[in-house]
Amino acid sequence: MIVRTSSGEEAAPARVRRRKRVLPGFGLGLGYTIVYLSLIVLIPLSAAFIKTAELSWPAFIDVVTAPRVLASYRLTFGASLAAASVNAVFGLIVAWVLVRYPFPGRRLVDALVDLPFALPTAVAGIALAGLYSPNGWLGSLLAMAGIKVAYTPLGVAVALTFIGLPFVVRTVQPVLEELPRELEEAAATLGASRWQSFRRVVFPVVMPALLTGFALAFARAIGEYGSVIFIAGNMPMASEIAPLLIITKLEQYDYTGATAIAVVLLVASFALLLAINGLQAWARRRQGALA
Amino acid sequence: MTKAHSPMPAATSLPIGLPRAAAEPPIIRRLLIVVALIFLTLFLFVPLAFVFAEALKKGLAVYFAAVTDPDALDAIRLTLLVAVIAVPANLVFGVAAAWTVAKFSFPGKSILITLIDLPFAVSPVVSGLIYVLVFGLQGWFGGWLREHDLKVIFAVPGIVLATIFVTFPFVARELIPLMQAQGTEQEEAAIVLGARGWQTFFRVTLPNIKWGLLYGVILCNARAMGEFGAVSVVSGHIRGGTNTLPLAVEILYNEYQFTAAFAVASLLALLALLTLALKYVVEARTREDQAFAGEGNA
Repeated sequence: MIVRTSSGEEAAPARVRRRKRVLPGFGLGLGYTIVYLSLIVLIPLSAAFIKTAELSWPAFIDVVTAPRVLASYRLTFGASLAAASVNAVFGLIVAWVLVRYPFPGRRLVDALVDLPFALPTAVAGIALAGLYSPNGWLGSLLAMAGIKVAYTPLGVAVALTFIGLPFVVRTVQPVLEELPRELEEAAATLGASRWQSFRRVVFPVVMPALLTGFALAFARAIGEYGSVIFIAGNMPMASEIAPLLIITKLEQYDYTGATAIAVVLLVASFALLLAINGLQAWARRRQGALA
Repeated sequence: MTKAHSPMPAATSLPIGLPRAAAEPPIIRRLLIVVALIFLTLFLFVPLAFVFAEALKKGLAVYFAAVTDPDALDAIRLTLLVAVIAVPANLVFGVAAAWTVAKFSFPGKSILITLIDLPFAVSPVVSGLIYVLVFGLQGWFGGWLREHDLKVIFAVPGIVLATIFVTFPFVARELIPLMQAQGTEQEEAAIVLGARGWQTFFRVTLPNIKWGLLYGVILCNARAMGEFGAVSVVSGHIRGGTNTLPLAVEILYNEYQFTAAFAVASLLALLALLTLALKYVVEARTREDQAFAGEGNA
């Protein structure tokens, strides 16, 4: 659901294009789409930018570079980067195993990979907080090794890893499925070792999808709230994520401050969205070259 | 050449469809399977099992008392109400947007597709915040709403709006690629044969997109019932009034009523499992239909 891109207009010949208007409903459809899109998405989103415009530029910079705000950005972006990296490595292994190796329960495991998409974030949040708390199933084991997860930045990264887990698997999996086996057979015939043919043949084809999955997991992690706040501990300057700081400011009726922080997150998200669109176009071209 | 090495039928755990020379040694294969399963167990299966274990820790009686508590029942009712409004709203939009984008060409089409995806890029907290900026007391319509004694923020309409926002793209982004791939020939044939617009849609288009539509609706519904961040910002957490199930989980947990929190959470976890099961069935049916269509073309 996340992976598929909805762009990619077919280059229809002029003859077909002219004929298309045979179908009714263009005016109604386009009108409804634009009105609904504007009312639900565009106008409310513009409110964030208009509200922030009330601040002068220096005042805006003051708000978004306050030490507590900077600390929350560092945690949000740092933990998101760490979580997306963990997911890139293990997501690739999971996708590889699911596509290539038969083992009992494979289809069940495959279906359950999407759990983080389907499980409400608050449920994931309290489950992870309970598991990793010092007397939880995993937290007590880790405490023996002297590792604290709950109520530390590490806990934030754990929650973000959970939330981003399906992205890399679901972007890489279809590419591996469609990878022509003849390529690897040819590499083997030509004397390449298994590792060489993975590194030189498989990996270059999979790489754009892997990067796309990484970027999607990273983008999702930046805005994530529900799964994080229970395990994070939410200490200002230490384990407070940027979305939580927005809520804190709102509760103090500091609407301008909350909105300024939100605008920084929005700009980061939109930049990532553009990057992801570019990556997906690249991935399509890479795959198209093989077909 | 490579096949000459294995005159016997392939060993049981040989990678699917790969001859021996292009496959990893068995020890590497087992190692990778173990690594993948340990990772998934730690991050997926254990948290899921933990929800049910904690919910049932004090026995079934406590469990049922928690999920039939009046506050919990109010939360269930509100969650269902929100989904019943938000999902059909985005269903109608998704079909209209996909029909427009997939069946016609017009300038600005790819920008429109990107804009439809926009809510997925927005943090849930920000999704709630923007509605506070529009409908909150100090927002654009705050004064007008107060004069007319209407409440959007910290009331049910705000929760519905925030939910519609976060689930906005689900149906559309499922249908757009599907309808683009299907083209316009069948609909054109129907129109040429004298069918009216709605007849064409219900008799020709809808049967072709039914599985994709269902898939989008299932995912949209799961998110609508489970949304937390956006709803949290606009809800005001009024018990028996503006608490959805995920908010009820948060309140119980913060009050150290852990068993009750996990009991209510287990309802949402069951919903997630049901969603995954339905998704699996729909995916299987889609593959069958595609295989059937493939045979028909051949």
